[in-house]
Amino acid sequence: MTNLLTVRNLSVHYKIQTGWVYAVDDVNIELEKGETMGLVGESGCGKTTTGYGITQLLADNAYVKKTSKVVFDGKDLIKVGTFPSKKYPDYRKIDEFNDEMRKYRWDRISMIFQGAMNAFNPVYKVGDQIIEAILAHEDATPQDARKRVEELYKLVGIPPDRIDNYPHEYSGGMKQRAMIAMSLALNPDLIIADEPTTALDVVTQDRILGEMVKLQERENVAMILITHDVSVVAEMAKKMAVMYAGHLVEKGTAKEIFKETSHPYTEALLKAFPSIKGEKKRLRSIPGSPPDLSNPPKGCRFAPRCPYAKDICLEKEPPTIEISPGHITKCHFGEELYGDLSGGE
Amino acid sequence: MVDENRIVLRVKNLKKYFGLHVGMFKFTGEQIYVKAVDGITFDLHEGEIVGLVGESGCGKTTTGRLLTRLEDPSDGSVVFEGKDIAKLSGKNLKWYRRNVQMIFQDPYESLNPRFTVQKTVMEPLIIHGIGKTYDDKIEMVIKSLEDAGLRPAEEYMSRFPHELSGGQRQRVAIARALVLRPQFIVADEPVSMLDVSIRAGVMNLMLELRNKYKIPYIFITHDIAVARYMSDKIAVMYLGKIVEYGETEEIVFNHLHPYTRALISAVPVPDPEHKHGRVEIKGEIPSPINLPPGCRFWPRCPYAQKGLCDKKEPPLKEVSPGHLVACHFAERFMEEGDQGEKTVEV
Repeated sequence: MTNLLTVRNLSVHYKIQTGWVYAVDDVNIELEKGETMGLVGESGCGKTTTGYGITQLLADNAYVKKTSKVVFDGKDLIKVGTFPSKKYPDYRKIDEFNDEMRKYRWDRISMIFQGAMNAFNPVYKVGDQIIEAILAHEDATPQDARKRVEELYKLVGIPPDRIDNYPHEYSGGMKQRAMIAMSLALNPDLIIADEPTTALDVVTQDRILGEMVKLQERENVAMILITHDVSVVAEMAKKMAVMYAGHLVEKGTAKEIFKETSHPYTEALLKAFPSIKGEKKRLRSIPGSPPDLSNPPKGCRFAPRCPYAKDICLEKEPPTIEISPGHITKCHFGEELYGDLSGGE
Repeated sequence: MVDENRIVLRVKNLKKYFGLHVGMFKFTGEQIYVKAVDGITFDLHEGEIVGLVGESGCGKTTTGRLLTRLEDPSDGSVVFEGKDIAKLSGKNLKWYRRNVQMIFQDPYESLNPRFTVQKTVMEPLIIHGIGKTYDDKIEMVIKSLEDAGLRPAEEYMSRFPHELSGGQRQRVAIARALVLRPQFIVADEPVSMLDVSIRAGVMNLMLELRNKYKIPYIFITHDIAVARYMSDKIAVMYLGKIVEYGETEEIVFNHLHPYTRALISAVPVPDPEHKHGRVEIKGEIPSPINLPPGCRFWPRCPYAQKGLCDKKEPPLKEVSPGHLVACHFAERFMEEGDQGEKTVEV
């Protein structure tokens, strides 16, 4: 099966007054049709930039490295949505108003934004905002679009008579559902969900995650689930990628990452999570704090906080090693540590 | 750690109704209330951490604010060292506030951006006139900062909040609470704004401080996994009432109230092989203005019985030693045992 999405060496750097912020470096992701991948990491690790980098919805000062490739359904979106920067020859600049790129956005790749609370325009009716998205991309009549919105509302479990309400009349969970309805409006092939349930209560979160799985299976949509919560990924995704300080440090199936952890950062992350099941274990915090990405450490970016770090870790950036087919780790000692790290259990 | 014989705080039938004057009710003169907290009762023992758990809008934060007298209770009593704190004023209130401290959710907003760390932590000492000389005060500030894990304290004292990370800010907030050596601390979602790797550190710090100084906490959180890690006892709140209360592990594994069951089954488990049976509860949390009659949970409850649950409010009663449940069917659920089998898959 060919991949729906292949991301190769994606590097997104932000230009700031004093230099560059190396937000995302050499990220590789593969995703098949209908598949879900969880992208986890702490805040500031570059997971959101990676997600937005796929559709090039990036800030003004973002530059994509020349070597980056985002192949979606056979087409390199980097070539479509960026142009070579004159000022910085190694980089490409985002072409904000590229019409071809706009056809991919929402039509083929839609997004669920972080904090649906603020993602809707408060002075327009929620339904109208979804209708607008449909009309912007398709030659539908407003009546047809409205009908579609009604169907979508039923799909995500909002009573259709709420179409003409304003965002403030919705509860947080309903806004999130409306956001999901909007992301499905144009039958996309890929949804990038950025912290879709972070601001919600557990009961609502659970229900929305359950609905997302059902819808995704029915519509056969692929999804990249960006979250800081490893337990959400454990429930939702088959594939998983862990990011730290702009690098993808471990990638594989969720099972491999939880049970056969092979990167010290993943181990630390899993150990920091309290669980409601099983025995009560002492949580471990990770000493120190993530590095400043405008001046990342020379060797492994996790080395200063890593309990297993040796001299080489501070000197040389670790290679990406394949521990078992599809299970990748970016650690000098990945193979040695494989099997020794305890992970979530 | 927990000294069951020494009760620090005795909360009895505590209520907080907020009056509303909106829309047409303004003209009819009819008073409408939001029953944010509606009769909660529990004791806090020395060295004990009680976790208040529930969805947003269940009244857990208002409870915390009532216990610190940031809100005046509408009814009921909170007895601290023999005094009902609802009746305190002036000097006595100041005395109470010296003994109770609060840690807030958002360390980005709870610290004054124009105060240095030293000034932030020293301010309570100045207000309460503790420490004779400036040097005494400085010493207490240093001790408190080091207790909160900011070592060496001197390095942090001249910094402003914007120079600190989220975890460090929350540690400053903890140091500020500790500097007065309070009798108990109310912590309102103290870790929910923090990043995963930092969160574990702050939680461990709070547990260490409890062990060291035997300070009891009221730990307010929406995350029952966090509550399980932190607390000795858990009180599950729903619409201003405690629906279930007991030892942490008892609540996590032998819960009886359908709401607790739904809440716990909704928590995602960090294990890809874990398959959970979802306990589906219908709809959303109702508005505390128009509370349903009878049991507050019945419109969403899969076990609700017409004629009973929608008519009669279940009292909070003890079903086994120390385990209290407010449900008409608590005994039946207990006899039937295994909760997992009865979960409804929708």
